[in-house]
Amino acid sequence: MDYSQFLAMKQEIGLLVVFLLIFLFDTFSSRKSAKAVPALSVFLMGVLTLWGFCPLNSADASAFAGMYVTSPVMTAIKNILNVGVLIILVQSVKWANSEFVAIRRGEFYELVLLTLLGMYFMISSRHFLMFIIGLETASLPLCALVAFDKNRYESHEAAIKYVLTAVFSSAVLLMGLSFVYGLCGTLYYDGIAMMCRSQFGVMMAVALAFVMAGFGFKISLVPFHLWTADVYQGAPTPVTSYLSVISKGSAAFAFLVVLTQVFGSLYADAWEWMLYALIILTITIGNLFAMRQVNMKRFLAFSSISQAGYIMLAIIGDNPMGVSALMFYVLVYVFSNLAAFGVIGAIENATGKVDMTDYNGLYKTNPRLAFTMMLAMFSLAGIPPFAGFFSKFFVFTSALNGTGSVALYVLVLIALINTIISLYYYLLVVKAMFINDSDSPVATFRSACSERVGMWICVAGIIGLGIVSYFYDYLLTVVY
Amino acid sequence: MDITLIWYLVPALVMFCCGVYGFLTRRNMIAMLISLELMLNAVDINFVVFNRYLYPGSMEGWMFTLFGIAIAAAETALAIAIIINLFRVSKNIDVRDATHMKH
Repeated sequence: MDYSQFLAMKQEIGLLVVFLLIFLFDTFSSRKSAKAVPALSVFLMGVLTLWGFCPLNSADASAFAGMYVTSPVMTAIKNILNVGVLIILVQSVKWANSEFVAIRRGEFYELVLLTLLGMYFMISSRHFLMFIIGLETASLPLCALVAFDKNRYESHEAAIKYVLTAVFSSAVLLMGLSFVYGLCGTLYYDGIAMMCRSQFGVMMAVALAFVMAGFGFKISLVPFHLWTADVYQGAPTPVTSYLSVISKGSAAFAFLVVLTQVFGSLYADAWEWMLYALIILTITIGNLFAMRQVNMKRFLAFSSISQAGYIMLAIIGDNPMGVSALMFYVLVYVFSNLAAFGVIGAIENATGKVDMTDYNGLYKTNPRLAFTMMLAMFSLAGIPPFAGFFSKFFVFTSALNGTGSVALYVLVLIALINTIISLYYYLLVVKAMFINDSDSPVATFRSACSERVGMWICVAGIIGLGIVSYFYDYLLTVVY
Repeated sequence: MDITLIWYLVPALVMFCCGVYGFLTRRNMIAMLISLELMLNAVDINFVVFNRYLYPGSMEGWMFTLFGIAIAAAETALAIAIIINLFRVSKNIDVRDATHMKH
């Protein structure tokens, strides 16, 4: 066996080393020095993030008999995920040192890094066995993370809902894959793509539908979204932000790879129309339900459902620009959503309040938090010049960039109308903070240093990505 | 009488559908977990049979099945752990009662 192939897995090896270091430190450190676990994790994750960026333009390579590949595009999406995880780790320092969590804070970091490793493999796989292993490595530790607040009933309820739907969805996905195997005789992406070109039958369409349903659960597309709101609400806030950003972003990228590279030749025959229906349902229903939410985490759950629909718009165009548009959307979504969750987490840590009515009059007592939240909402709604506008713009463009059929124009029109609808509920939050009066607003408090750093990074990302065109240009050069 | 591919595929499909039906109708979480196991095992049967009948030269389906079994075991262990935790907190594992967060 040629061991030099492991060098191709630069980021995976780096992440594994980081995981092992944190694991060993957490296991063998004294109770006093265990306080350093969050800081150590943040530091090591920062090093790993930098490690991922050098060299900036990595070459293509493969390992495990072609089951694993890496390319500049995959390195780029992994770097984006790294940045997101780094921000989440920074934001969660205070929570990890809080009374009930402190005793097992090491587990939080270990499980988070393990899920990230699974996502790496899911993104880089070129064989469905590797893909399934990565997917399960990503989703099983997440179930444990959702149940992390041992003393809160909601956390367990969310965890059981998540684990049952996760297993159900992987069973459906596996069923689809077994049909694919029966039809093609191989599970390599390239082999299946070759077989798809020569034969297309009802059976293949059924298998594809199963696979899409399995992915739909992971990315929480309507009608497979029913777990999302409860899980987001019940999980601890850092885990919720991880679920909504990292888990969703990586699954969306893997979905793109599977649809375009494995089932690419079935585009016009089958999956364009399946995805078409899914997108319309997801964007519209996500929006309509987000309007009537009271709990902020639940509100962001439905907002993230409709955002998932927008991410899918990058896939339906089936062209290279969609790849860069998807990556840019995920990058912007990381900053915007994490800013929102940073504010929610800071207020929850300080006062325990998570309802939208609690945010009434927040501007008078905590102007900076209110301002950060406002930026996040503007970015999520897509108001220029913030990053969210450009990510939506590129996604719409890429949807029309390929064939540009009338149906796709109608789809983009529906998405645009939904953007306007979404403005209503994002601005409801802004209205609550800036206009509504409250008898008992959230008292003025100073959020922890780590939380502030996390929010500063997010605000810089929201504004910077909107103004500096370098990042999108870079993603374009990576793809082409 | 020859035992052909279809003799295995139909029971596997029936098993899968029983699993889906059980998952949607049973209200005890352990029973739902058993239904999920039915679904996963139906998938394993599919892989083994496809490999044996259609592609006897390769081992891909069998390898997939081995990993599938291991993954199913891990999933069950995790789900049971979470169910036990839930039972400790609420003394109840009926999904009809796990509705505290409904709005």
